[in-house]
Amino acid sequence: MNFADEIFELRELQRLEGHADRVWGLAWKPATGADGVPAVLASCSGDKTVRVWEQSPLTGSFQCKAVLEETHNRTVRSCAWSPSGKLLATASFDATTAIWEDIGGDFACISTLEGHENEVKSVSWNASGSLLATCGRDKSVWIWEVLPHNEFDCVSVLQGHTQDVKMVQWHPTMDILFSCSYDNTIKIWAEDGDNDDWHCVQTLNESNSGHTSTVWALSFNATGDKMVSCSDDLTIKIWGSDIMRMQSGDGNAPWKHLSTLSGYHDRTIFSVHWSRDGIIASGAADDAIRLFVESEDHLIYKVQKRVYIKRENYY
Amino acid sequence: MVSGLINANPVVYEKKERRSRSTPTHVDEYAVELIDQLEIFDHIRDIKDPEHPYSLEELKVISEDAIEVDDKRSYVRVTFTPTVEHCSMATVIGLCLRVKLMRSLPPRYKVDIRVAPGTHATEAAVNKQLNDKERVAAALENPNLVDMVDECLAPSYG
Repeated sequence: MNFADEIFELRELQRLEGHADRVWGLAWKPATGADGVPAVLASCSGDKTVRVWEQSPLTGSFQCKAVLEETHNRTVRSCAWSPSGKLLATASFDATTAIWEDIGGDFACISTLEGHENEVKSVSWNASGSLLATCGRDKSVWIWEVLPHNEFDCVSVLQGHTQDVKMVQWHPTMDILFSCSYDNTIKIWAEDGDNDDWHCVQTLNESNSGHTSTVWALSFNATGDKMVSCSDDLTIKIWGSDIMRMQSGDGNAPWKHLSTLSGYHDRTIFSVHWSRDGIIASGAADDAIRLFVESEDHLIYKVQKRVYIKRENYY
Repeated sequence: MVSGLINANPVVYEKKERRSRSTPTHVDEYAVELIDQLEIFDHIRDIKDPEHPYSLEELKVISEDAIEVDDKRSYVRVTFTPTVEHCSMATVIGLCLRVKLMRSLPPRYKVDIRVAPGTHATEAAVNKQLNDKERVAAALENPNLVDMVDECLAPSYG
């Protein structure tokens, strides 16, 4: 779809209230929100809980269907649904990652992954749902294998980042893992053969036109040949790789910097996401959300929405 | 148990005389009062140093001039000067400043805290931590740290 000539408008549909502290992360449940299946969303918070919201087919408004509590004893920082939507993983500052299963509308914690030394910051499932990755302030990235009977086995602990790891994301089609960090780099991890021997195959740092401060998030386009990252350095960067080479198993298909978007946010850019239909959204500490679409090989900025929510209570 | 204070003999300065705000001759109830340097300074001047029974003002860790505020853009930056270059309490002091301002200013405010350039051995590292909202949030979930911060802030709620 070519959005380059379209006029965009961002309109708030609803404000979901319920959490008692800041909301740190959200995840849409796969295979919902289309084909007659009501949309489902999970949110996680500093109030130590996770809430699951479902859209009513009648009214279109979202209601809270479940509150996942009494498991984490610190901020829940990130949540991610498995590709089948059957499981929900939640990563917490309490150093654990909980796995929940939806059993007839009630969510039960079926497993707790331990190992990180301190705050876990992000969790991601691979495309097939056979692997899970987590990362945290202990500078490490952990890969877990999903086994039958709700068993999870740690397959590898990846060291390499020199600081706090902020996010992990699996490539949308291949079992290649990406991580971004307070050490200003993005690292790419792949398995050597099939023997659980994971190692860092590439580091995107300042010398490859990488970020000059903490990289907070990254996201892939639908085909997986491009990636977008955002940072405390106030820029958004686009990266690309030769998808054919990657798919042929060529371990040497390096990622290259394609473009840097600067001047759009004047405070830390915390999140960025590339939608399935090609729109890049960014959210920053300047209270603005911006959307970008690609036009003839360079990104153009489409709309900015300043989001400021009036809060009655503050700490 | 701390074996010895980092800076056992800090220099203590006289507190700046507190000017009372002049009462306006005409009070407009609907006028919005702009937040200025002095107001920010009043929120933080009596914060106690983590190691000594003196305020940050008395130790000249902070001063009114080291505060930049732009109320229209809801922005404030506080620059503080640790008493010694290798002060390991720098992050605690920075955290105290951030927490006090968080509790005292309208939520629309963006706050930057930094160490005065050239006054600390690991200035960039300290600044980065103090301005990483995730690191700050996680630190404030540490009960020991919160107790220390609250103790330092107690005298500032005057």
